[in-house]
Amino acid sequence: MSRDEVTRLEIGSDVQIAGARQAVRQAAVAAGFSLVEQTKIVTAASELARNTLVHGGGGHMELAVVENSGGHGIRLTFTDDGPGIPDVDVALSDGYSTGNGLGLGLGGARRLVQDFTIESRPGGGTTVTAVAWSRMAQRVPR
Amino acid sequence: MTAEAGAGRVSVLRMGDILIAAIQQELTDESALALQQDLTEMAAAGARGVVIEISGVEIVDSFLARVLSEIAAATNMLAGRTVVAGMRPSVAITLVEMGLGLRGLETARSLEDAMAVFRGQAGR
Repeated sequence: MSRDEVTRLEIGSDVQIAGARQAVRQAAVAAGFSLVEQTKIVTAASELARNTLVHGGGGHMELAVVENSGGHGIRLTFTDDGPGIPDVDVALSDGYSTGNGLGLGLGGARRLVQDFTIESRPGGGTTVTAVAWSRMAQRVPR
Repeated sequence: MTAEAGAGRVSVLRMGDILIAAIQQELTDESALALQQDLTEMAAAGARGVVIEISGVEIVDSFLARVLSEIAAATNMLAGRTVVAGMRPSVAITLVEMGLGLRGLETARSLEDAMAVFRGQAGR
């Protein structure tokens, strides 16, 4: 996948969350995502960027357009050096909230993409990776 | 929180005893909270209803959903109603997929439909 071009954006303020949404939208349009597919990945990006800011104390997002035999996808990686998530399964469950959302941020974002992984350990920061494919590529089993 | 107040601020119009806020662009979290405060204060000063027109909003995430729900809850307590008008189909599909209904929120397809809700109420 040498064609992957990675864009890195800082996530340190709510204005930068809005900037991250805009960058993801542009990438999704360029990757040929439908309007609904664009809306889903941009919404997921917004949830994850806010988590990075509010719970991770800020960090960065890496945005890449990726390819497989079926088509194009968007890969988003959010990294922070915050306190980490003590129990990832609990954090993914609906209604879990330590901040000011509806407690649906992580779990909601996971439902909007095809691949979703969290690496986190207490005191060691958090990395969340989310990948969404445009419909043409969705021969890949979920 | 950042200090870029002013940019992206949503203006609220008053038409009789109805408040109308049309969100025409992406909101930062801060401007969403500013709108919540403005609408709640103006509703407290006397309004029968609030219409939030969101046809210009490309995404509603759990933060904005919470802000909308809280505006509705506050106006309900102040003897008013909040109607969210003009949600894009792609936004509705995404909210449902996230498991995030806008519970307790009244919706209308357009600003015109939302205003008709209040006109109907006035006739009673």
